[in-house]
Amino acid sequence: MLRKFSHFLVLSVVMVFIMLLMWGFTGNDFMNLGNFQSMAYQMPELGVLSLAMMIAMLTSGINLSIIATANLSGIVIALILTNTLSADNGSAGTIWVVALAILAGLIVSALVGALNGFLIAVLDISPILATLGTMIMVSGISIVLTEGYVISGFPPAMLAIGNGDLLGIPVPILVFLACAGVMSVILNNTPLGTRIYLLGSNPVACFYSGVDNRAVLFRTYIISGIYSGVAAVIMISRFNSAKADYGESYLLLTVLAAVLGGVSAAGGFGKVSGLFLSLVILQMISSGLNLMGISNFLTLALWGIVLIVVMVINYFIENQQQKRRIA
Amino acid sequence: MAEPFLSLRKVSKHYAGVTALDKVDFDIQKGEIHCLAGENGSGKSTIIKIISETVKADPGSVIEIKGHPVHGSNAIDAINRGIQVIYQDPSLFPNLTVAENIALGGFVAIHRKLINWKELRQVAEKAMARIDVHLPLDEIVREISIADQQLVAICRALTRDVELLIMDEPTASLTKKEVDSLLAVVTDMKSKGIATMFVSHKLNEILQIADRVSVIRDGRMVGTYPSSELDDEKLTVLMTGKKVEYQHFVAAKNGNDPILECRRLSRRGEYKDIDFKLFPGEILGITGLLGSGRTELALSLFGVSQPDTGEIYFNGKPVKIQSIQDAMRLGIAYVPEDRLAQGLINVQPVGKNIIVTTLDNLVNRFKLLDRTKVISSIQRWVKDLAIRIPSVESPVQTLSGGNQQRVVLAKWIATQPRVLILDGPTIGIDVAAKFDIHEIIRELAGRGIAIILISEEIPEVYNNCNRVLVMHKGCILREFDTRETAQEEIQNHVNGAF
Amino acid sequence: MKRLLTRHETYVFLAIVAFSIVITVINPSFFTLENLFDLLKSYSLMGTFAIGMLFVLISGGIDISFTAIATITGYTIAVLLLKYGESLNIVSVFLIAGGIGILLGLFNAAIIYFFKIPSIITTIATLNIYYGILTVVSKGKWLYGFPTWFGDFNNIRVFTLYTPDGIPYGLSIITVIWFALILIGWFILRYTILGRSIYAMGGNPASAQRAGFNLLGLNLFVYSFMGLMAGIGSVIQALLVQTVAPNSLVGKEMDVIAAVVLGGASLTGGTGSMLGTILGVTLIAIMGNGLTLMHVSSLWYKVIIGFVILVSVGVSAYRNKRSTRKHIITEVN
Repeated sequence: MLRKFSHFLVLSVVMVFIMLLMWGFTGNDFMNLGNFQSMAYQMPELGVLSLAMMIAMLTSGINLSIIATANLSGIVIALILTNTLSADNGSAGTIWVVALAILAGLIVSALVGALNGFLIAVLDISPILATLGTMIMVSGISIVLTEGYVISGFPPAMLAIGNGDLLGIPVPILVFLACAGVMSVILNNTPLGTRIYLLGSNPVACFYSGVDNRAVLFRTYIISGIYSGVAAVIMISRFNSAKADYGESYLLLTVLAAVLGGVSAAGGFGKVSGLFLSLVILQMISSGLNLMGISNFLTLALWGIVLIVVMVINYFIENQQQKRRIA
Repeated sequence: MAEPFLSLRKVSKHYAGVTALDKVDFDIQKGEIHCLAGENGSGKSTIIKIISETVKADPGSVIEIKGHPVHGSNAIDAINRGIQVIYQDPSLFPNLTVAENIALGGFVAIHRKLINWKELRQVAEKAMARIDVHLPLDEIVREISIADQQLVAICRALTRDVELLIMDEPTASLTKKEVDSLLAVVTDMKSKGIATMFVSHKLNEILQIADRVSVIRDGRMVGTYPSSELDDEKLTVLMTGKKVEYQHFVAAKNGNDPILECRRLSRRGEYKDIDFKLFPGEILGITGLLGSGRTELALSLFGVSQPDTGEIYFNGKPVKIQSIQDAMRLGIAYVPEDRLAQGLINVQPVGKNIIVTTLDNLVNRFKLLDRTKVISSIQRWVKDLAIRIPSVESPVQTLSGGNQQRVVLAKWIATQPRVLILDGPTIGIDVAAKFDIHEIIRELAGRGIAIILISEEIPEVYNNCNRVLVMHKGCILREFDTRETAQEEIQNHVNGAF
Repeated sequence: MKRLLTRHETYVFLAIVAFSIVITVINPSFFTLENLFDLLKSYSLMGTFAIGMLFVLISGGIDISFTAIATITGYTIAVLLLKYGESLNIVSVFLIAGGIGILLGLFNAAIIYFFKIPSIITTIATLNIYYGILTVVSKGKWLYGFPTWFGDFNNIRVFTLYTPDGIPYGLSIITVIWFALILIGWFILRYTILGRSIYAMGGNPASAQRAGFNLLGLNLFVYSFMGLMAGIGSVIQALLVQTVAPNSLVGKEMDVIAAVVLGGASLTGGTGSMLGTILGVTLIAIMGNGLTLMHVSSLWYKVIIGFVILVSVGVSAYRNKRSTRKHIITEVN
C-alpha cells in the first residue's frame, strides 16, 4: 500500500513540475484557458484507450487490438450514419439514428472483445498472440469495409460529442471522466475487480480458490473492447471521419500511460487515479512540445525515451525494495 | 581420521539484522553420505549457498576444501572444485532433450563453439552408465516424470568431475519406489568415492542412508552424530530442541449421519473403489505414500477432476461435483499441498487473499462491494485464526510459513464449510507452528466441521485423527481407529505394503 | 511416422500443399517456375526478417522495433549511395547496413537485459525512438536515383530462363542471399553451442543462469542478430524497389511475427525451427500471391491472414492443452 500511495504522490509532484516547466518554456501560450481547453479535447481519446489497455494489463495480459477495434467501431458508426443521413441534417430524429449507430459501434467492439476473450480464456492462447491476430483480422475487415477510403460527413448531433461542450466543459472530457469513474468502480468496488487483480498475480491460486478464471478474462477483454468502442465515438466525432488506420501511434502511448500511471507490467497492480495523473502529465508534455514547435514524430521518439526511463526508474525502486526484503 | 574433503569452521552469515548462521562447524569426509538435518528456517539453505559459493560467508569464516582455504563467491568456481548442488526444482530445460540437458552445460563451461551430436550422446551415456540408469536420451525433458528429471539432474552433475554432490530435499516429489532407486544411486556413488550431502527433514530417509548426521537449529550447529546413534525421537528432539507432547484427538459425537459418503468411487489411473463415510466433527486421516491417490481423490471431491464411476453423497443426497464452484456451493473446502503456488497469491495483500473466496457475499444491493462488510470480514478471520501481521495490506509473501497457512485457512473458513480437506497442511512449517496449526484444526472440528487430513507424516495423522485410511496404489488398504491401534502398525502398513 | 504427425511443421506443410492445389486449379499460372522464382525473390525481404525474429522468439523475447531499425539502415545506405555511389560496392553496402543494424540491436538488448524491462515494452519504445528520430532527420523524403550498378545487381540471376514471350526470369541472386542466410541461421541453431544455448535460455532462463550460461552474451547476440537481419533486409528492400521511403516498412512488424509463429515458434520461448519459419513465410507468401492470382481483391488480404493466424495459433494451443493434461496424472498401478 505504501508503494501505491507514494506512486500517486510522486506523480502529483511530477505533474506540477511539468506544468511549471512548460510554462517556463512557452510562457502564456501554455498557461491559458484556451490551451487547457484544447488539451481537454485531445486527451480523452487517449485516455479511454489507455483504460482499455490498463484492464488487460492488470490481468497480466495486453491488448494489441484496441486501436484496430476502435477503428472498426468507428467505421461501423460512420457507415450507418452516412448511409442513412445527410451531413447537415439537423432534424431532431437524427439523435435517435446517431444513438443507434453508436450502439451498433459499441456492440461491434464488444464482439471483438469477446473474440479476444474466447481466444485467451478458452483456448489459452497468449494475449500478445491472440490480440495480434485479432488486430490484423479486424484491421483487415476495416479495410474491406472502407475499401481504403475515408468515410466522412456526420450530422451535428454526432459532431457535438467530440467538439461540443456542456457548461464550458468539453464533452469528450466528460465522457472520459465517466469512463474513468466506471472503471474505478469496477476495479475497486466489484468482485470482478478484485478477481482481476488477483488473477493478474496468480491465476492458479485463483482457480483453486473458486474463481472462474475464464469468466474473469472474458469480461476483462469485453470491457477492453467496449472502451475501445467508446474511444472510437470520440475519435470519429472529432475528426468528422472514420478510417481503417487512425491512431496507430496510440498503442505505444497507451502502454506508456499505463506504465507511468503505476500499472505493473506483470499484472495485479495499478489504479485509475495513477493512470489519470499520468495522462495529464503526458498531455501537458505533448501540448507543450507542440507549442514549442516540435514535430509529432520527434514527440513520438520522446515518448519512447520517457517509457524506457520510467521503467528503468521502476526497476531501481523494485531492486531497493527487494534488497530490503531479503535482509 | 583422514583429512576431510570439505570443512567448515566458525562459519557465520548475517543479513541486515538477521543471523542466518552462527559459527557453524562441520566437515564432510571423502565419499561419505552426510545428512544435514534441520527444520525450515534453521539455516540449511544458507549452508548450501555458502558451500556452493553462490553466497559469501562473513569474514572470520573458514572454509577448506581438501585442506586448502577457499574464498570464492562464484558458482562456477565451486563446480570446478568438484561441488555441485541439485535443488528440489531440478533446474532443467524443459524444451530440450535428456541428452542435451545432461551434456550441454559441460560444453558451455569449457567454451566449446560447435556441437558434435555424437559426442554429446557419448557424454550423456557415460554419465548414465556411472550410476547405471537408462534414460531415454531423445525425449524432451518436459515429457518425462519428475523422478526421471531428478536422475537427469544427477547425470548432469556427473558429467563434470564431482566429488561432493549436495542434494536439497530430493525426495519431496518421489514415490517410495523412486526414493529407493535414488537412495541406491546415492549409495552407489559412495562406492565410487563421491560424497553426498543430503539435506532433508524426512527422518526415516535420513536414518536409512546417512553415515553421519549433522543437525542444525536456529542457525547453530547442534552437533554431528553417527546415524547409528540416532532414532526418530532423538533426531526430532535435536532438530526442534523440544519434546513435543501430543494429546491424542478425540472426536466429539455429532450425530450418526455422515455429511459425506463415497461409494465405489473410481477414476482410471488415479484411484479405485473408494468407500468411506465422513462425519461432522471428526478428523479423518488419509495417508499413504506419494502416488497412492490421496491428492487425486481430494481433487475429485473438490471438483477439479471427476470420478469415472461411483457415487458421492452429501448429506445423504447423491451429488455430482463438476467444478470447484459446485464443491464450494456444497460447502466443501480444500487447502492444497502447494501452498505458495496454489494456495496463496503471494504478492497480494493478506486481506485480498482472505476474501477471494467470499467476494459474492460481501456485496450490497447494487452488487457492489460493501467496504464495511469487507473490512469486518477480514478482521474477523484474522482474529479467528490469530494471524500475526503488521497490517492486512502486507503482502502474503512477507509472512512466515505458519502464518501463511493461517491465511489459507482463514480464506476457507470464511466460506463456512461443512467439509474441510487439508492436503499436507504443515509441510514446510516448523514444529512449533505445526503444533499451533494442529490446535486450530482440532478447534475447527470442535465447531462441527468434518475434516479430512491428508498427510504422509504418520505421527501427524496418528495424533490428530480419530480414524485413518491407509491408501496404496489408488485403493484404500485399511481403515484404522487411532484409539485402538499403535502408530507403528499404521506405519508398517504404509511401508510394508510392498 | 507418428513423430511426424505430432510436429507443427507437418501441418503447415500440408496447409501449403492444400492452398497450392486450390490456387493452381483456379489459376494455373501460379505453379509456374516464373511465378515461383518471382515469389521467392519478393519474399526474401520478409524471409530475412523472419530469420532474425526466429532467434529472438526462441530466446524468449520479442522485437517489434526491427522495421524502424531497417528504415534507419536503409535510409543511411540510400544517402551514402546517392552521395558516394560510384565508390561503393554491394558488399560494403551490406556491411554498413548490417553494422548499423547490429548497433541498434545491441541497444535493445542492453535495455532488456540490464533493466529487466519486458522485451515487448522495450521494443515498442525503441520502435518509436528510432522511427521518430529518423523521420525528423529524413524529413519524410523518399530517396531514389541510385547508381546503375545498384539497379543492375537487382537483376542478376544465377541462371536465366526465358518465357515464350522472351521475358527473362530465373533464380535471383537475392533469393540466393536469403538462402545463404537461412543456412547460416540453421547451422547456428543446430550445430553451435551458441544456438543450443539460445534454446536453453528460452526454455528456462533461471536454469540457464544457474548452469552458468552467459545470459548477457546470448541476449546481446540475439537482438543484434535481429538488427543484422534488419539491416540486410533493408538493402534487399532497396534493391527490390530501387527506392527508400521512410514509412514503407514500419507497420509491417506483425506480418513477420505472424509468419514465424505460424511456423511453430512460440511467444513464450524455447521452441521454433528454421524449417518451420521457412514454411511459415512460404505459407504467407503463397496466400498473398494466391489471393492476387485468384483475383481476390487485395482488400481481403489482411482479413484472411489474420484469420489464418488465429486458426493456426488456436489449433496449436488446443493441441498443447490436450498433451499437457496427459502428464498430470500420477503413476498408479
